[in-house]
Amino acid sequence: MALLGVFDDGSKAAAAIIAIQHDALGRVDVYSPTPSHAIDQALDIQVSPVRTFTLIGGLFGCIVGFALPIYTVLDWPLITGGKPLLSIPPFVVIAFELTILFGATFGLLGFLGLARLPNPFRKRVSDPRFTNDKFGVLVTCDAARVDAVRAHLLAAGCEEVSDHA
Amino acid sequence: MSYSQINADILRTLRMPGRAYWGLLTALTAVVLFGVFCFWTQVQRGMGVAGYEHPVAWGIYITNFVFWVGIAHSGTLISAVLFLFRATWRTAVARAAETMTVFAVMTAGLFPIIHIGRPWFFYWLIPYPNERQLWVNFRSPLIWDLVAISTYLTVSLMFLFIGLIPDIAAARDHVKDWRRPIYRILALGWQGSNRQWRHYNSLYGFFAALATPLVVSVHSVVSWDFAMAILPGWHSTIFAPYFVAGAILSGLAMVITILIPLRRWLGLEEYIRIWHFENLAKLLIVTSLIVGYAYLTEYFIAWYSNSQFEQGTFLDRMFGQYAVFAWTMLICNAVIPMLLFFKHLRTNLVALFVISIFVNIGMWLERFVIIVSSLSHDYDPANWTDGVYSPTWVEGGITAASFALFFLLFLLFVRNFPAVSITEMKESTEQPAEEAPATAWPEPV
Repeated sequence: MALLGVFDDGSKAAAAIIAIQHDALGRVDVYSPTPSHAIDQALDIQVSPVRTFTLIGGLFGCIVGFALPIYTVLDWPLITGGKPLLSIPPFVVIAFELTILFGATFGLLGFLGLARLPNPFRKRVSDPRFTNDKFGVLVTCDAARVDAVRAHLLAAGCEEVSDHA
Repeated sequence: MSYSQINADILRTLRMPGRAYWGLLTALTAVVLFGVFCFWTQVQRGMGVAGYEHPVAWGIYITNFVFWVGIAHSGTLISAVLFLFRATWRTAVARAAETMTVFAVMTAGLFPIIHIGRPWFFYWLIPYPNERQLWVNFRSPLIWDLVAISTYLTVSLMFLFIGLIPDIAAARDHVKDWRRPIYRILALGWQGSNRQWRHYNSLYGFFAALATPLVVSVHSVVSWDFAMAILPGWHSTIFAPYFVAGAILSGLAMVITILIPLRRWLGLEEYIRIWHFENLAKLLIVTSLIVGYAYLTEYFIAWYSNSQFEQGTFLDRMFGQYAVFAWTMLICNAVIPMLLFFKHLRTNLVALFVISIFVNIGMWLERFVIIVSSLSHDYDPANWTDGVYSPTWVEGGITAASFALFFLLFLLFVRNFPAVSITEMKESTEQPAEEAPATAWPEPV
């Protein structure tokens, strides 16, 4: 069973979430037009692992940025301008740029994986109000607890509660 | 302002445009096509149709390249650096600036290819295993340039797209015409769930943090294309910060030039306010002061170095054949922006628009002066003849086409994607401080 409550305000939605989670009535998902601090705090979420992806990408890019120039000068040794083959300062430029390139790319890929995107054709909690001005609180719970959940949603100032298949 | 009003107001800009829009689009396309014809002529007949003469082998193609890369920089400054500094006023102008970044880098990227004699071999710059078993020379600033510019294009494109995802989702849900299936695909199935927002915010922060050093590095690398050479007028240690400040100055001027007509045309006066322009103008003053200081430093170092060639180059810059451009650039970039110290000028959009045009011209001339006047006055006195380089119609046509291409891409964008971030606008309505500038120093967070 799932109930979808529609709120016109993020802090009201947050109040409902706190109440529902306090009574451990079910799993809560929120759909909102903007990120909301109040909702984040109510859900007590952890730090996103996107940062790990970005870090790994950055380190990988840095290693590639040094490894590629070093490999190429050793593969075909060609002294230019009397400089040493392994001239590190110019390679720092390459490594710096690739650190950023790979850090950003890995971060984006990590985000897409974690946010389950892209997924343009899945049947979503399809309500255009949630990209406009309303906040949706979707509570997945046992049939026995539906009434309690409904009461909490309405008590917090919910505009509309509907069953969600 | 309510969320639904923001949604409606900004999505209204995506409606079918009027006749003036199509007329402008046609005119710009015509100029772009003329540029393609110029390029075709150059490929057919060789680089002789460009005005290159020994020793000036870099002309206005490279001027355009540096100019457009510079234009790109303020977009990243506004979207990433001001984001990290929690400057909330950026919200209204960030999307337009980011868009400008992407299209300016795309325009810039064409010029090295146009400039090389055999453009069909441009991919030789890319390090890939090949049957000749040759690799690129990673010690060359031109290869750094390739790496930096392609990284910049990729990262700023991803940054723009990430910012757009929730807005495209809003367009998907509320714009009901033939573009809807396209929005559906581009929105990637964004639902605005709390899980998505959590990762999204984290990613956006990291992109801002990565783009900030990137913006400094890219124009530093571009400046090293010059500073690594031993030519007087180029071989200077201040080039990196000098170019970065100049890039941001020119980019801010272009943001102002674009936004003043855009807000009127799209009816976004409620969102992009005089206060935003005033803030942009203040940044313009800061960067103009830095650039003016760099100009003076260049002349000072030339005198102080006691190097005859260095002094000769700078005397030639002041009084030689390209002197008029050098003085124009100095006045446009370092003197005229000082007018913005007057509040009634920086809050007057007509005055601001005119000043921004002067800065655009000045910054284009700055690159021309650095490149052409330095090259024409190298170590060999036999080369110091008058009238050594002047652009031809082919170069002029391609330059005009680059401006047309930039504005064409921008026009196509703003009629199909929100020119102001809907999501960030909604977020910022929760902070009443956004409305009025603070009268006292804000409390530390």
